Amino acid sequence: MLGTIFRRLVHMVAVLFGISVLVFLIFFATPGANPAARIAGKNASPQTIARVEQQFGLNRPLPVQYGLMMKKIFITRNLTSYVNLGEKVVPQVFRAAPVTLSLVGGAAVIWILFAVVIGAAAAAFRNTWIDRLLMVLSLIGISMPVFWVGTMANLFTQGIWHHTLLFSWVPPLGYIDFSKSPFGWFKALIIPWITLAILYIGLYARVLRAALIETMQEDFIRTARAKGLTERQVLLRHALRCSLVSVVTLFGLDFGVLVGGGALLTEVVFGLQGVGYLTYQALETLDLPMIMATVIYASVFVVVSNAVVDILYAAFDPRMRLRR
Amino acid sequence: MSALLDVTDLAVSFRTRDGLVRAVDGVSLAVAEREILGVVGESGSGKSLTVLAVLDLIGDPNAVITGSIRFRGQELVGQAPETLRRLRGGAIAMIFQDPMTALTPVFSIGAQIAEQIRVHTDLSRRAAKARAVELLDAVGLPDPARIAARYPMELSGGQRQRAVIAMALSCNPALLLADEPTTALDVTVQAQILELIRKLRDDFNSAVILITHNLGVVAETADRVAVMYSGRIVESAMTADLFADPRHPYTWGLLGSMPALDGVRRERLATIPGLPPALDRRPAGCAFAPRCGFVRDVCRVAPPPLAGADHAVACVIPEGERGSARAGVLAA
Amino acid sequence: MSDMTANETLAPPAPGYWATAGRKLVRDRAAMISLAVLVVIALLCAAAPWYARHVSHTNPFQSNLSGTVVRHGRTMEVLGAADNPLHLGIEPIGPSWRLGPYMLGADQQGRDVAARMLYGGRNSLLISFASAAVCLVLAALTGILAGFFGGWVDRGISFLLDALWAFPVFLLAISLSVVLIAHGIDFGLFRLDASSLSLPITIIGVIYVPYVARPVRGLVIGLRQSEYVMAAIGIGAPAWRILWYDILPNVISALVVFAPLIVALDLLTEAALSFLSIGVQPPAASWGTIIHDGESLIYTRPVVAIAPGLAIVITVLALNILGDGLRDALDPRAKLRN
Repeated sequence: MLGTIFRRLVHMVAVLFGISVLVFLIFFATPGANPAARIAGKNASPQTIARVEQQFGLNRPLPVQYGLMMKKIFITRNLTSYVNLGEKVVPQVFRAAPVTLSLVGGAAVIWILFAVVIGAAAAAFRNTWIDRLLMVLSLIGISMPVFWVGTMANLFTQGIWHHTLLFSWVPPLGYIDFSKSPFGWFKALIIPWITLAILYIGLYARVLRAALIETMQEDFIRTARAKGLTERQVLLRHALRCSLVSVVTLFGLDFGVLVGGGALLTEVVFGLQGVGYLTYQALETLDLPMIMATVIYASVFVVVSNAVVDILYAAFDPRMRLRR
Repeated sequence: MSALLDVTDLAVSFRTRDGLVRAVDGVSLAVAEREILGVVGESGSGKSLTVLAVLDLIGDPNAVITGSIRFRGQELVGQAPETLRRLRGGAIAMIFQDPMTALTPVFSIGAQIAEQIRVHTDLSRRAAKARAVELLDAVGLPDPARIAARYPMELSGGQRQRAVIAMALSCNPALLLADEPTTALDVTVQAQILELIRKLRDDFNSAVILITHNLGVVAETADRVAVMYSGRIVESAMTADLFADPRHPYTWGLLGSMPALDGVRRERLATIPGLPPALDRRPAGCAFAPRCGFVRDVCRVAPPPLAGADHAVACVIPEGERGSARAGVLAA
Repeated sequence: MSDMTANETLAPPAPGYWATAGRKLVRDRAAMISLAVLVVIALLCAAAPWYARHVSHTNPFQSNLSGTVVRHGRTMEVLGAADNPLHLGIEPIGPSWRLGPYMLGADQQGRDVAARMLYGGRNSLLISFASAAVCLVLAALTGILAGFFGGWVDRGISFLLDALWAFPVFLLAISLSVVLIAHGIDFGLFRLDASSLSLPITIIGVIYVPYVARPVRGLVIGLRQSEYVMAAIGIGAPAWRILWYDILPNVISALVVFAPLIVALDLLTEAALSFLSIGVQPPAASWGTIIHDGESLIYTRPVVAIAPGLAIVITVLALNILGDGLRDALDPRAKLRN
């Protein structure tokens, strides 16, 4: 077990290194554009550009530049924004992380619960109207762009039906700190949670249903039936347990991506100032230092969660444990 | 003497685009208490389906079961699913061909056996686990407590099959249905499993239906043998009688194709030329007619009925001609 | 004993793989309806210039801040004073719901939303299909090379794919788009304007390559180890022959199943990028940019945001249903249903 963990950690570090190099290349080495001009932002004066060049050592060889940038982000953490005039970038990212975690965490709880129920129900009532209805709903769920769903949600909860009993409790767009008001935190997040969850419920319900149906064809399911178990026990105890494995890996990957800023569209639409929102703001103003920082931190989250998922997978499934 | 299991005119058909296809075509057999019945036939003869139909485990929504299956007098065909479910693993248990895939990979052996016990009895979890260990011991597994904690993939094929048998016996079934339990195992392990099955009848008082394509398996283990071909029983007798006095040309073919350890060594193994008919293209008369060396016109008209009291055969060859015909097939 | 029996008559040759699949697909009503819907949408969008000229009589790319339009006999301003008591702010004209100018109303620049929807659909669909093509071709190439030749070819390609995929896909798209689309590419002979559609097409096409290449590689590895391919190698068949006759058809059928799903994915990605203003650049339109425009009008003229969203949902839904149908049709293990 320890061997697996160690191997994964080494792999993780290698991947993080690769990503940082890729980010660096994208922002500093794309042929045909001056990185200094890009970092200084649009409409920067030649003096600013010259200063940027000196600060980032853009006249030095690429590997040195890479080293300097990494130092600014990880070690000295004094990478400053060129649009927000001296505001340090890295602490902003750290402050935004809890918002993103709240959003993604809550949505994850909702989507896992619903996906398992819907997927299992669809598989249990396979080919009946229940199955078809649930699958159509799931398909619709994955066909709606999340930012549009959020916009529509706002249209109704903040606009048209805001004054009715149904949505009058919805606070104005934005994040409410848990420490200031737990109830407010919850009220502000419930609609964004549902919005973000819809897409993933659709996705996971379909995956789970397919995995369950395939598992139900296995020999050991026939044995389970021959033992005298009810159909429900066979499905929920034997088939589900074996099918959840595929869902768990998927979940780990998605969760990592979302926490790392993949929830950016949801955050923007609902005015939640998480890591994704920061990234978006940086995009609007072409604040390259901020973008670089958020992208790298996002990648860190993703890679770490991938490694955690692999380790959990080994813990979950005895087959993986023993194969190593 | 009422039989433990009494199958009358069982037919298993499948709905296909081209109509109903009969895979099991009017099978009748009976198993008495503590009797080991061997059912022999090649792949596609319908032997597995016959036995799966008893517990309604065929698992295909397009399957149609007609006829009668009586267990201790109770009709099972068309029975309520809940009643059947209570029989499964309780009074009637079943083990399948491939031990490698028969057990759920994510639960331990002990847990899976205990699960079955708790379905049919009121035992507590701890008591069920203890009983599981006892059963593993009874089937001859060394260090049964450790095996109970293991996962299926940690066991060898033979060990797994023993575990599966232990699980099947956990609730003292009156009838054990064994679908080719040794086919996927090496010969030496095969012998051990067969010995175990014989022991079961002695120690656990279970009757057994043993399905196989290997005559050698039934010779050692079964009390009675039924030979199936293309969904029908063609011969049925006490084991000794079947080997001493086989009466159906198909049985002759089967016996003739077995290499003998003693006696004259033949240059080539005899085979039965041709193939069994496709299920949807069964000939009008006897199913074996196209491959039979002794076919006559009447054979192609209608399938011969299974006739005879203790030693039944579905063939029109008169008793007098049988001996010489058989000698021709089984000649050295 | 006879050798030939009555049962061994020669069966008629089985219909081809694609013919069987095609027949199965045609019988799938949902898939056929989806296909029809997609064709209709494509045709409507193709008719965009005709619509702009003959139906809406507007130029959807030009602001029309002081234009007027006749409705119910009254001449109304396209961008009139808002409806609130103090007449604060400007409110574009609402939808007429009748075929003609401003059927879906105007946006904050006075442009006809319906016409922009059709033009936007052109761009959205063009980008999705083109990037999907790029993705599938590149994925097939890399997957086949890596899977078939193994060794260091495989190691190299897999490393590149893993590195690419390690980057969270959406953030990669954003990073590349910010760098390239805001400024365009210019190195010597190769120059792409910031407004060129090739940029989003290439970016969206490339980022999903690992997603498809990995299963293709797995498929090819499995095929290479299959008995019939090993037999072909055993009798000395040259690599190109095996690739062409044995490997390629299987890869193509896998890609056919992937295709609608990738187009759907790309459409959603393009919409998201355009919504963030780093996809299609103004004054060109795409469904994503129109939703972006509609956000500021959400409480006054919600139709500007609702319409393109619905268009995306319908298109993606149709693609997903078609994708499911294709997968069912091409799956040889499909069981018979009564």
